[in-house]
Amino acid sequence: MTHATSLGLDSRKLAFWTFIGSECLLFGSLISTYLIYKGKSLVGPYPPEILDIPFTSFSTFDLLMSSLWMVLALAAVQRGDMKWAKVWLFGTALGGLIFLGGQVYEFSSFVHEGLTLQRNIFGATFFVLTGCHGAHVTVGVIWLLTLWVRALQGKLGPEHAMTVEITGLYWHFVDVVWIVIFTLVYLIQ
Amino acid sequence: MSASATGLRSWLTTTDHKRIGLLYFWTAFVFFLVGGLEALVIRAQLAGPNGTLVSAEAFNQLFTMHATTMVFLALMPLTAAFFNYIVPLQIGARDVAFPRLNAFSYWVFLLGGLFMNASFLFGAAPDGGWFGYANLTSKQYSPGLNIDFWLLGLQILGIASLAAGFNFIVTILNLRAPGLKMMRLPVFTWMVLVTQFLIITAFPVITVALVLLMFDRFFGTSFYLPAGGGNPVLWQHLFWIFGHPEVYILILPAMGIVSEVLPTFSRKPLFGYTVVVYSGVLIGFMGWGVWSHHMFSVGLGPIADSFFAATTLLIAIPTGVKIFNWIATLWGGQIRFAAAMKFALGFIAMFIIGGLSGVSHAAPPADLQQTDTYYVVAHIHYVLFGGTVFGLFAGMYYWWPKMTGRLLDERLGNWHFWLTFIGMNLAFFPMHFIGLLGMPRRIYTYGPELGVSTMNLVSTIGAFLIGIAALIFVYNMWRTRRHGAVAGDDPWGGATLEWSISSPPPPHNFDVIPTVASRLPRWSATQLKAIPEGAETAAPVHVPAGSWWPLIAASSLPIMATGAIGRMLPVVLAGVAILIVGIYRWAYEPFEA
Ligand SMILES: [Cu+2]
Repeated sequence: MTHATSLGLDSRKLAFWTFIGSECLLFGSLISTYLIYKGKSLVGPYPPEILDIPFTSFSTFDLLMSSLWMVLALAAVQRGDMKWAKVWLFGTALGGLIFLGGQVYEFSSFVHEGLTLQRNIFGATFFVLTGCHGAHVTVGVIWLLTLWVRALQGKLGPEHAMTVEITGLYWHFVDVVWIVIFTLVYLIQ
Repeated sequence: MSASATGLRSWLTTTDHKRIGLLYFWTAFVFFLVGGLEALVIRAQLAGPNGTLVSAEAFNQLFTMHATTMVFLALMPLTAAFFNYIVPLQIGARDVAFPRLNAFSYWVFLLGGLFMNASFLFGAAPDGGWFGYANLTSKQYSPGLNIDFWLLGLQILGIASLAAGFNFIVTILNLRAPGLKMMRLPVFTWMVLVTQFLIITAFPVITVALVLLMFDRFFGTSFYLPAGGGNPVLWQHLFWIFGHPEVYILILPAMGIVSEVLPTFSRKPLFGYTVVVYSGVLIGFMGWGVWSHHMFSVGLGPIADSFFAATTLLIAIPTGVKIFNWIATLWGGQIRFAAAMKFALGFIAMFIIGGLSGVSHAAPPADLQQTDTYYVVAHIHYVLFGGTVFGLFAGMYYWWPKMTGRLLDERLGNWHFWLTFIGMNLAFFPMHFIGLLGMPRRIYTYGPELGVSTMNLVSTIGAFLIGIAALIFVYNMWRTRRHGAVAGDDPWGGATLEWSISSPPPPHNFDVIPTVASRLPRWSATQLKAIPEGAETAAPVHVPAGSWWPLIAASSLPIMATGAIGRMLPVVLAGVAILIVGIYRWAYEPFEA
């Protein structure tokens, strides 16, 4: 499916970059909403009482590492080393799953401590922002597992390097968004 | 199954940009008539003081659905019809970059439009105005399903626009014929490109605004509710950060059409091509920095007000530059007053009036007098009817022969133009005075003591003249099917590539992809490296077979929305399941683009 393109850039990749640009506005709007409403909660729990920075640092580190596994997965696919490609694809997905597990734990413990969507504006903005990010991670995990299964079936080879590269773009983007959220929501309170 | 197949199945599975363009056109045109009908009921209600034709509740639904329909279901998709049909032809491509995604966009648009209008069946059409201000849209003040239909319908429609946006950006950047450099692109294609960038950046913002509203209404959050720590002004910011670029999303394609029509019917290249292109790009950028001019009455403070007043005045400059370029194009040209040209000239005249009234509410003190009155209604209709709709009509007369192979009748076109022109000025010009005399918009009736009764009657007469003109146009389209003059490849002597192929074009558009060496390839025929007759037999062109998956994937969205309306989680989950299956089958079906 390789056509000569005017920019010399794969069309799917170009489309994906425009998609990422669009996603920046999506997360930008959600993050702005969070920041605008910072400190506007009428009742507790307030962020410092409830946010667990050490725990979330671990999640963040896990997601960062999964980005590294993603790079290794792409490199393996590109050189046709499907054995390691399978390992790293699964490792990346596993990193995402661990992150999601952490988020499930975090959400349920917050609810336990009385912070819900409806409780105050911090709860509303926090859950919608991080939930939206979590949904993106979920999509990424499903995507990665799909590639992993296809690799297991022998249907993924170096000729699909572009597909893996685009998956990687998505994964890195989701990771970068998390770094921004982690910084603005958790670190700078 | 080849793309030249006929029958319902071939249309449901088509991925041909020309067919999708026609689907967009007819769907959007029907919505245009529906929105027009809603406007006529509104005008009939307001023809005299203390009108009793419709109730206040029905009136709220009518003006909300009139605007929502016109913006999202008629004008944007009518521009999309031309993006689809014309852009690949103008850049010498065989289709768009992602044909199935293109079909998906259309089906999402159609189904989203039907979902939105299904609200009428429940007597619960959206009634909070097209910009749905918080906290009128809260559960407390709008307990019915009306706002739910609106916010879910708009989210669906946003997906259609976003998908098309990615597709057309890649198409224009990446599928250009050899030699067709960016600064050789036809101005229409350029303006489409700018529009798509605005779409993919503006629609995520309205999506977030709508999602937050959805959480407020469905899950009991307080994003826009002061009682829970929220702020209704956030809605206004998010809505207008989208809303102002949206105005340019509606007008830039029309500017592009006019920039094609004027040169063709003046027999002169567009004056100052580079300036027209760059001012279009500049408008696209500056369109992001003016949104709070819709919010002067909020009381954002002198600094914010001054800033947004200044940026709004500045954005008038690139717009004015374009107008001078169009006028200079006419200067000394051999002008031919075909219907397309009349609408293009009407566009310039009406858009100047709309632009001037727009500048008049760039100044906060003046705006405070005008806001929420009929003055603003007058302004928006000079811009969106006198501007966008006139531009679209120009495009219809201009490209109809390319799309159907037959010319629209010029005599009927003449009637259509003059009735529309007179009708619109009768309908909308008095609204300036009606507004300045103090009649607020969106109120279902008014008393005789306000002194606006006669002008309202004039306005209603004008609206019905527009309606008659629209009927003439419908008759013209109907008649043209059989009796229209056969167009041939190039009835107008156009300069761009779409005129170098047959009308309508074959499924694969170009037997041989042309090589382009100038901005006006057909006006400098020696530069268009046309393949000599019979010198080269083009290799058989592969035309992709259709696909069901775009339609199936698209159908999941209204299913999810229906589940949400009915508070039926299993239906929502069924929609999600269909979407997932649709995406997988789509991704892994054999399909050569
Ligand atoms: Cu504006």
